Amino acid sequence: MSKENSFFTTNHLEPVTAWGGASSSTAYVYRPSTIEELRDILTAARQNDRTIAFKGGGNSYGDAFSNREQVVLDLMRMNRILEWDPQSGIIRVEAGVTIDQLWRYVLGDGWWPPIVTGTAKTTVGGCAAMNTHGKNAWKMGTFGDHVLEFDLLRADGEIVTASRETNPELFHAAIGGFGMLGCFTTLTLKLKKIYSGMLHVEGASQPNLAGAMRYIEERLDNSDYLVGWLDATSGGRGLGRAEMHRGIYFQPGEDPFSAQTMQVEHQLISDSIMGILPKSSMWFYMRPFMNQLGLRLVNTAKYFSARMLSGEKGHLYQQSHVAYHFLLDYLPNWKKAYGRNGLIQYQAFVPVENAEQAFTDIFTHCQKRGLPNYLSVMKRHKPDDFLISYGVDGFSMAMDFRITNRNRPKMVALTQELDEIVLRHSGRFYLAKDSTMRPQTVQAYLGQEVIKRFCDLKEQYDPEHLFQSDMWRRLFAVRSEKPVTQSG
Amino acid sequence: MEEQQATVSDRPLEPQRRAIVIGASSGIGAAIFEELARRGYLVAGLARREEELTAVCEKINESQPGRAFAFGHDVTNFGSIPDLFSQVVTAIGGLDLIIFNAGVMPSVDLDEFNFEKDRQMVDVNLLGAMAWLSQAAQRFRQTGQGHMVGISSVAGDRGRIANPGYNSSKAALTTYLEGLRNRLTRHGIGVTTIKPGFVDTAMLVGAKRTFGVISPDEAARKIINAAESGKQVVYVPGWWRLIMIIIQHIPSFIFRRLSI
Ligand SMILES: Cc1cc2nc3c(=O)[nH]c(=O)nc-3n(C[C@H](O)[C@H](O)[C@H](O)COP(=O)(O)OP(=O)(O)OC[C@H]3O[C@@H](n4cnc5c(N)ncnc54)[C@H](O)[C@@H]3O)c2cc1C
Ligand SMILES: NC(=O)c1ccc[n+]([C@@H]2O[C@H](COP(=O)([O-])OP(=O)(O)OC[C@H]3O[C@@H](n4cnc5c(N)ncnc54)[C@H](OP(=O)(O)O)[C@@H]3O)[C@@H](O)[C@H]2O)c1
Repeated sequence: MSKENSFFTTNHLEPVTAWGGASSSTAYVYRPSTIEELRDILTAARQNDRTIAFKGGGNSYGDAFSNREQVVLDLMRMNRILEWDPQSGIIRVEAGVTIDQLWRYVLGDGWWPPIVTGTAKTTVGGCAAMNTHGKNAWKMGTFGDHVLEFDLLRADGEIVTASRETNPELFHAAIGGFGMLGCFTTLTLKLKKIYSGMLHVEGASQPNLAGAMRYIEERLDNSDYLVGWLDATSGGRGLGRAEMHRGIYFQPGEDPFSAQTMQVEHQLISDSIMGILPKSSMWFYMRPFMNQLGLRLVNTAKYFSARMLSGEKGHLYQQSHVAYHFLLDYLPNWKKAYGRNGLIQYQAFVPVENAEQAFTDIFTHCQKRGLPNYLSVMKRHKPDDFLISYGVDGFSMAMDFRITNRNRPKMVALTQELDEIVLRHSGRFYLAKDSTMRPQTVQAYLGQEVIKRFCDLKEQYDPEHLFQSDMWRRLFAVRSEKPVTQSG
Repeated sequence: MEEQQATVSDRPLEPQRRAIVIGASSGIGAAIFEELARRGYLVAGLARREEELTAVCEKINESQPGRAFAFGHDVTNFGSIPDLFSQVVTAIGGLDLIIFNAGVMPSVDLDEFNFEKDRQMVDVNLLGAMAWLSQAAQRFRQTGQGHMVGISSVAGDRGRIANPGYNSSKAALTTYLEGLRNRLTRHGIGVTTIKPGFVDTAMLVGAKRTFGVISPDEAARKIINAAESGKQVVYVPGWWRLIMIIIQHIPSFIFRRLSI
């Protein structure tokens, strides 16, 4: 063990907490704003036998950006927009630029990020590292599909450029590679042309899971976004009754006021919901519903109001892109409603032919174990050509579970049982949402071959395993910690 | 000691608790070391006698593999403590609880006035505690969580004829811990002072007129219970509190004439 130097002093120690708040570990946190500073930290970490994890907006639900007692590099300060061509829609940005920054920058020129997550607080680097998806995944693929090129800082301090033409293997592994092959410093993206700041939205209710899936399947060809909010607490034939949302872009010339609707101000959501309650205290009013009975009441109310409003046929309205995609960002602290121990998300991706059976099994199993999930969101996907991939020609179900100190062991057991259901149906998982997988689960859905290729690339680009995270150690390299020797 | 490999990553829904015990090679400290492991902590034990310490550590790891870590260390080696502290914390992957238990009580004749012995007790019992607990305090203050325990003694409640140096080292430790508690409680960090009576350990060998002796295991359980429930000052066993209230209230003109 080398001597500690002043670099790793206690005043850099911070708790690094999973977005869902259910887990936390302490690390030495640094916030570089230039590549030189980044390189200095790499050198210091290496000299002190410390490993490094990268953190973007910190929106991963589990332990992807935490690194217990080691170094965490928060990249939010590397957030400059470097080049923008409003003709081609090609933009080059630093990795810490957020989706929020991005859309505000380009909207006035008639562009929109082709893939957006349910929160705009994610960074471009974090989206590339997890290869995120939106409500248009079956059509537009994943975030990586819209990255043209990136610069990656390797463990040895060198920068390597990768694209589909140059270093294609690295390109397809670093995207989705959860920060284990190097640090994205800049990324070049191709954005999506739009012709209005508004979307056509269709809301409809469906009586059960099968109906919700059919709704999506029938509209794949003539929709731009599709998503279902399912009630996993109802039983029997109403299992998975749903509120569906379908979004469609405006055609060129269709919005006579496009100049106005594409202004940033037009997108923003007003400060109170329903005009009465201040948004910042919404979580307080939501809290009473975060128990089993309350949950059923809310879900039932939601279903019937959607039904009254739109019926199974659907009703049409218009919504700004921001309101459609980032509603949750406008309910500050909504996750506080889950209480002190936070929440985890469990997201399963299952091929079309098995999805209905798998999700039915999952919902009934959760009910049987007395651990219903509080929010279930269903989306449609397609396979992609990145190495660490969750893509399937099928559906995903994302389920939020409230964590309490008492239910932790039960949740551990439940998620293991759910893993088996998903694997049995040839399903996959997504690291950005994971807090519960075991190495054998990852081996089962990715396959030994893929894991070996990824680990070979790790040896090539980071032979000393300088880049590690709690997730990496949990799932891929259970014993890759540096050895510790005693001293006096 | 051979290289120790830490298993520092938790599964997010199954958080580990982590502890350090200073003075873990025998007696109360060894019992605390074992009891913490039994309660599911990852524990690092420190002491000078590496053979004894390793034996305790290996015994734990036999039944609970990977739970215990051993570090050879002399607490009077003050200069090494900051680096060692961070090395140990890194090895176990964090810190929730630190217990300073190291202590010495060389036997002193009634007519012996021995600065070297007095100094040894102050160095280990008091300065050792200050050196370790100030490291822990800094960290806990920064991370906003943690609990610390100092093993003082009923012997610190009064200066007595048998061993003034020991009495004062423990009295000072008690006061130091009280001060830390007053500083840190407001920041959500707990400090527990433990005052054992007679515990059946090497330290008690040769001691005269003992009574109510308890086993190190019983002491360890009571100490950890006190820490986990966030108690402030705890006599072990509890009835010593009553005895010490009486002893503290004996007027000096009588106390001087007693042989206790
Ligand atoms: C409310 C909410 C809604 C969400 N909705 C969606 C959704 O609809 N679709 C979806 O796909 N995901 C969704 N997510 C998950 C989220 O998009 C991903 O976890 C995303 O990776 C977070 O980006 P971030 O910038 O916060 O990165 P972080 O969470 O900080 O980091 C994610 C990973 O990227 C790595 N990383 C970060 N920056 C870099 C860099 N510069 N170089 C190399 N590696 C880096 C980290 O090490 C880590 O492994 C949602 C999350 C929340 C909280
Ligand atoms: N037994 C009692 O009746 C009683 C009553 C009240 C209070 N106490 C207190 O309880 C604590 C434990 O004592 P015990 O009774 O269990 O006696 P013990 O068996 O002698 O234990 C003392 C421990 O402290 C360690 N230690 C001593 N000097 C050290 C040094 N310089 N550096 C590092 N470690 C050192 C010893 O390890 P090494 O020798 O291997 O270094 C040993 O592990 C002491 O603080 C004592 O004052 C005991």
